[in-house]
Parts: sequence; C-alpha cells; structure tokens
Amino acid sequence: MDDLSLLPNKPIPPGKDQDAILGAVADEIANRGFVVAQADKLFNWARSGSLWPMTFGLACCAVEMIHSAASRYDTDRYGMLFRPSPRQSDVMIVAGTLTNKMAPALRKVYDQMAEPRWVLSMGSCANGGGYYHYSYAVVRGCDRIVPVDVYVPGCPPTAEALIYGLLQLQKKIKRTATIAR
Amino acid sequence: MPSLPKHSLPKDSLRQAETVEEWKQHFAVALRKSTDDITVFRGELSVQIELDQLITVLTRLKDETGGAFTQLSDITAVDYPERTPRFDLIYHLLSVTLNQRIRLVVPIAEDAVAPSVTALFGCADWAEREIWDMFGIFFNDHGDLRRLLTDYGFEGHPLRKDFPLTGTVEVRYDDSERRVVYEPVQLTQEYRDFDYESPWEGAQTSMRQIDPSMITREPSSDEEQND
Repeated sequence: MDDLSLLPNKPIPPGKDQDAILGAVADEIANRGFVVAQADKLFNWARSGSLWPMTFGLACCAVEMIHSAASRYDTDRYGMLFRPSPRQSDVMIVAGTLTNKMAPALRKVYDQMAEPRWVLSMGSCANGGGYYHYSYAVVRGCDRIVPVDVYVPGCPPTAEALIYGLLQLQKKIKRTATIAR
Repeated sequence: MPSLPKHSLPKDSLRQAETVEEWKQHFAVALRKSTDDITVFRGELSVQIELDQLITVLTRLKDETGGAFTQLSDITAVDYPERTPRFDLIYHLLSVTLNQRIRLVVPIAEDAVAPSVTALFGCADWAEREIWDMFGIFFNDHGDLRRLLTDYGFEGHPLRKDFPLTGTVEVRYDDSERRVVYEPVQLTQEYRDFDYESPWEGAQTSMRQIDPSMITREPSSDEEQND
C-alpha cells in the first residue's frame, strides 16, 4: 500500500485488517523511512486529538465542566487538559452566565488565544441568556461577543452532554479544510 | 450624643431572659424605646427607629449590652415607591454570646442621606456600597462609596421598583471597532409573565383581572406589528 491517504476515513477495528495496515505502515518506515499521508488530515487529527480547553467557568455550569475533567468522565482520555492560560489553549468553554461587566474580559481572553481556536458555549445562559435573558446585566448569548462553534443545551448540561459537545467539536475540526487552496 | 452610663444593661440580665417577650422588655430599656416600637416575628425582634437615632442605637447595641451585638450580619433596603419616605434601610445584627438576632428598620426618604456605620462596623463598607449601587441611597462619611456590583459606567439603581427589568443598554462585540460596544436595548420579544396565579403577585395578576383576549391566543395589534 503506497498511499495511506487512500485509506477509508473511519476507524478500523482491531483484527486482521488493522494488522495489515499497521504492518504496511511499519514496512514503509523500515524500507523508505517515511509514510505518505494527506497533510490537512494529519493536522486535523493532531488538532482534534489534543484540544486544550481554556477554563472559563462563570457559574454553576463550571461545576459540571469540572466533573467532565475529573476522574469519573476524565476528558484527559481525549487529550483534553484544562489550561489556566489562553496562550496555551485551543478551545474556550464558556460555562455559565456572561454578564455585561465580564463581556470585555471574555473577549480579551478570546483574543489572546492562538489560532486555530474554537469556542464551545455551555448551558442556557451562555447560549442565549437563558434564565436571565431579560436581565439588565446579562449578555443575551455569548455569541454576541465571540464566534461560537458548538452550543451545548441544558441548565446546566451534564458532564456527559459537555463531553458529547466536545466530541461534536472534534468532528467539526476533522471535516474542516485547514489548508486554503 | 448625650453621655450615657456605660453598661446600663448588664449582660447577665440579658442572658437570663428566656422568652422573646422578656427580650423585648430588655431592649425597650436598653434602647430607650417604648415596647410598641419593637415587634416580634417568629422569635426575632424588629425595632423601628428614626434615621437620626441610627448611630446612637447601633452604638448602644454594640457597646452597652455588654458587648453583645458585635456582628453586623447584613444591611439591606426595601423600596416602597408609593410611600413617603420611600425606602426602608434594614440592619441585621447578631449576638453570638446571647444567641439572638435583632433587626433595625429605618425609614429614609429618597433625597435623604444616611450616616455611614463603617466607623462602628467595618463590614458595613461593602454593604453600604451595594445599597448605594442597587437603591441609590447615599451614605455620608463612607470614604469610598463606589458602585459594587453593576457594570463600569452603569446608570440607574436596579433594585428600585421603577427601574426597567431589562435596563437600558446591552453589549455586543463590534468587528469594525474591535471592541465590545454598548447599544440601547432591542428585544426581539417582550418579557411575558405566564404565572397568573403567582402568590407573590397577588390580586394584580389573578385570572379574573386578566383581559380575556390575552388568554385566548388571538394576535394582538402589537404582535402583528412585530411580524
């Protein structure tokens, strides 16, 4: 097998087929010292496999976000480590009620994140103001401040729902063309 | 302030009080009030006092009850728009040694200035800032009376009953200006309250007083304009 990019774009279960492909890859490296793959698929694989979320817990949703990172659900299994700094993060999880006073700070942190970057809006308040939609102090959806990739509904969403949202974000990244033609 | 004898009410007599009615008698003496000014609700004492008595009464509660009421749990306020004076300032005090709470209710007019109690209770600092922020009641001699909770440059006092629920401004990130901008509030749908039988709203929103056209879903003239 010369071109690995011709492989089907779905996981191959362990077994004879997987062994054949892995064996082919091992032969390629042994004989020629390199493998051939599509660069953008490689980039997307790397990017979606190590999504480092920016901790932006604003309210009770943050507790569910913490659950998703703690031992029971453990987003570290997907290579997702919470980072305290926007400079080291790929994805910002807006977890909770975004107030008018916090909005410029949220935008500043988003602007400090390195490209490529994604935003996941978690819970009713971040999605559209939620319970506080008619409040004098709350932003009616964090998409008024930053561009949002995935909305997770719920009040608060469970840790499973957040992980499902993160997996949806991984899918979205994988089907994005990263090289402009 | 007239000079008062120190410890005019011994701590022991306060400690010996067993029923809340006894407490009431003791505090009427300690605060130089008639028992009619002190109400008891669910075992807690409320004392109605005038604004110019506030510092004197708080000083007495703190210093002359044998150092009993040394904790100021909270200061809050209530807005009664139809009443003069418009606001009630409410001071909650706790005595750990006596296991007793006391509440001071101070009516205050909209244009009146309250004396700050930060010199007596340091914790009053943020509480008074919050009341200034939320109700617009000004405190004299506070030293740092800035807004506490609302946005920088916020206008109005949100817990006043005449403050509109949705406020006056909303924020949005402007791509061309590259910053978060403030704009007048524009709601796609007005706030609607469907809780016709809410016990908190009382008779104002009971089913009997609702316009029947609001219950049968006929489009009103407002909705047609929105479409």
